[in-house]
Amino acid sequence: MTHLLNMKKIVIEGFSSEEERWMPIINSLDLTLDRGEVLGLIGESGAGKSTLGLASMCYTRGGCRISSGSIIFDGMELFGQSDEFLRKIRGVRIAYVAQSAAASFNPAHRLIKQYAEAPIQHGKMNFHEAEKKAVDIYRRLLLPDPEGIGYRYPHQVSGGQLQRAMVAMAMACTPDIIIFDEPTTALDVTTQIEVLAAIKKITREFNTAAIYITHDLAVVAQLADRIMVLRYGDLVEENNARELMANPKEEYTRALLSVRTLREERDLSATEHDVVLEVENVSASYTGKADEKVLEDINLKVRRARTVALVGESGSGKSTLARVITGLLPPLEGKVIYGGKELPPALKSRDRTTLRIMQMIYQMPDTALNPRHKVSDVLGRPLTFYFHMRGKERDQRVKELLEMIELAPKKYKDRLPGELSGGEKQRVCIARALAAKPDLIICDEPTSALDQLVAEGILKLLQDLQNELHVSYLFITHDLATVKAISDEIVVMLQGRIVEQGVKKDVLAPPHHKYTELLLSSVPEMDPDWLDNVLEERKRKGIVMREFV
Amino acid sequence: MAFFRLLRQSPLSARIGLAMILINVFAAIFAPVIAPYTETEVVGDVWLPMSTDHLLGTDHLGRDMFTRLMYGARNTIAIAFITTLLSFFLGALIGFFAATLGGWTDLSLSRVVDILMAFPTLIFALIVLSVVGTSIGALILVIAVLDSTRVFRLSRAVAMDITVMEYVEAARLRGEGIWWIMRKEILPNALPPLVAEFGLRFCFVFLFIAALSFLGLGIQPPTADWGGMVRENAGAITFGIFIPLWPAGAIAFLTVGVNLIVDWFLKIASGLKD
Repeated sequence: MTHLLNMKKIVIEGFSSEEERWMPIINSLDLTLDRGEVLGLIGESGAGKSTLGLASMCYTRGGCRISSGSIIFDGMELFGQSDEFLRKIRGVRIAYVAQSAAASFNPAHRLIKQYAEAPIQHGKMNFHEAEKKAVDIYRRLLLPDPEGIGYRYPHQVSGGQLQRAMVAMAMACTPDIIIFDEPTTALDVTTQIEVLAAIKKITREFNTAAIYITHDLAVVAQLADRIMVLRYGDLVEENNARELMANPKEEYTRALLSVRTLREERDLSATEHDVVLEVENVSASYTGKADEKVLEDINLKVRRARTVALVGESGSGKSTLARVITGLLPPLEGKVIYGGKELPPALKSRDRTTLRIMQMIYQMPDTALNPRHKVSDVLGRPLTFYFHMRGKERDQRVKELLEMIELAPKKYKDRLPGELSGGEKQRVCIARALAAKPDLIICDEPTSALDQLVAEGILKLLQDLQNELHVSYLFITHDLATVKAISDEIVVMLQGRIVEQGVKKDVLAPPHHKYTELLLSSVPEMDPDWLDNVLEERKRKGIVMREFV
Repeated sequence: MAFFRLLRQSPLSARIGLAMILINVFAAIFAPVIAPYTETEVVGDVWLPMSTDHLLGTDHLGRDMFTRLMYGARNTIAIAFITTLLSFFLGALIGFFAATLGGWTDLSLSRVVDILMAFPTLIFALIVLSVVGTSIGALILVIAVLDSTRVFRLSRAVAMDITVMEYVEAARLRGEGIWWIMRKEILPNALPPLVAEFGLRFCFVFLFIAALSFLGLGIQPPTADWGGMVRENAGAITFGIFIPLWPAGAIAFLTVGVNLIVDWFLKIASGLKD
């Protein structure tokens, strides 16, 4: 039987301006796809999965080229064809769904106008017909108000709805293949599950073949019939999805599959560990008005050498709480208490010691490090600032800090942030926080911008440092897998309020608060039947996501 | 030493630019030694063509063009350079200040600058210079202040983008003062666009001085300056004499040189690859 898409010995190169020559990105890979089949492409950043996915419509991003191979789509060779020819295929027979719908929609046009663009351009239908079809597809994608939603502007719908509107756009010409490029990566878990359900439904209904690109094995397991694991432009493993999940053959696949379990259960009787930080009845607002609160009545305690995980979706106020604690946003009401003493609410009125004992680690290590400061300057400044260290003493301490974060001092101390990888940058950020000898480190999603294996390394490092230095963490995250891996206590936030809090064991064990349950049940598991089961169970119990929005 | 290493790796365009600037600086410094006549000496007839006596001919009063070009380099380069530096110092300082502090400080500083910019620069300069007199110092100060409004806008906008970065927040949380934040966190990252602007503004200052000289409030005759020399000899063009092209060419020559160096610097500083 002939395949719908048959890519053979694809070699893709990217131009490296540093070395001024073409470097391979994809090394002679084969890829096949049958009608109605969903193929999962999985790998970490730089694995070449997006590049390979895009190559299926004979397209490369700027600075890349397909240098050899063959791409046979429905009996036609695409490689080497004119742009004119390819234009007739792209968008009509092979469509693409990008990662960030918010960045991909034109904010100045209504959704339906952007939806209709491809079918009208390709002469498939007129605007009136496109409108009718759009409503049908919107309905199939379970979008609310399918008749009206198309007439909204992109900013008037939520992130998950926008992502589904983009899937609808790709569906406009009823293509044979859709390429999904990490369509749910930027979404919250509870939204992700809706988009996944919608994608699964519509690809089945139209019998559309799909290439699903992601770094999350649990997500791809829900959709894909077959999975290809890529690394550094090479194929690591390819197999039927169920088979691959059940019996991974390669070490690398096993590493991706392994569920993180870093922390043993620890005794957390309140008397054993003194409280480092206490937040009492805190409410806050960005406008200063009492009726526009973004945080309401927050109470929590962080104990010495323990980790409190602050969980919630975007907009739940977790980062705002961090801003209140650090003094960047003075609260409307309530107190932040450190070591039994109330801290001044505003940053300006806090003294150096108060500033020193609380440090922060940010989500994006790229923007958290000044690109013009060398590693040794980044780490040396807090030493000089807080401890008046200079010269040899300071160099020695910088060296110790680098050793602590497992980076060779000689090799790394003179580098600029641009010369470090994402994980190394985050390590430097951790060292910068440690340089101040803090009691508490507020970690604002420190691993969510990193690849899975790198993130695991960072979590493990944080864990080791805690055991060694007895520092406490307030760990802000939306990723429940991380929470399970590292926390002692969990605080669940929803729309600026705490809905549930307590020791990990208690929070994770039923009975849950309704929202906690929704959140917990939305985390994809490494089980191909997970999505179907969850959706069925929700239907049975009558849980609707919209209750919480 | 680091500079020489950098120079060895520099592209051809940068070396040409550096050579162009060095020629100008050399001429400016050694003008009294090399120049065949003195700055204001009338040596022959009006608008003489090029000859061995007068390498580039003579100007509208019969002064030696070559001599005056060299002396002109002294005045023009020095004044334009100091003015631009001063305007960048002022503009960037206040711009960073406004961006870092924000709130009312930003608002009031920005409105003051808006008011300054609301007046046409030439009119404003004329008013001030006619009150305080046309000394070189006053000239430099007035042009620098007027020019710094544009630098303010640029550096404020650039700094605004930088102050929202997390590394600036990290510095604030550490307890760093505003001076450190401006100097160590913002300045190094704001430098590339500012330097690019420097190359441009440097050239505009020439032209502005020339415009003021034309109205009699710039560099006063008989002191040689390139802008003034273009204006004085402009009439020659109608007779088909190309004498005014010499000082104009000198301005162009220096401008191109400065911008070649600026381009090179930008490439190093921003890590931009073409």
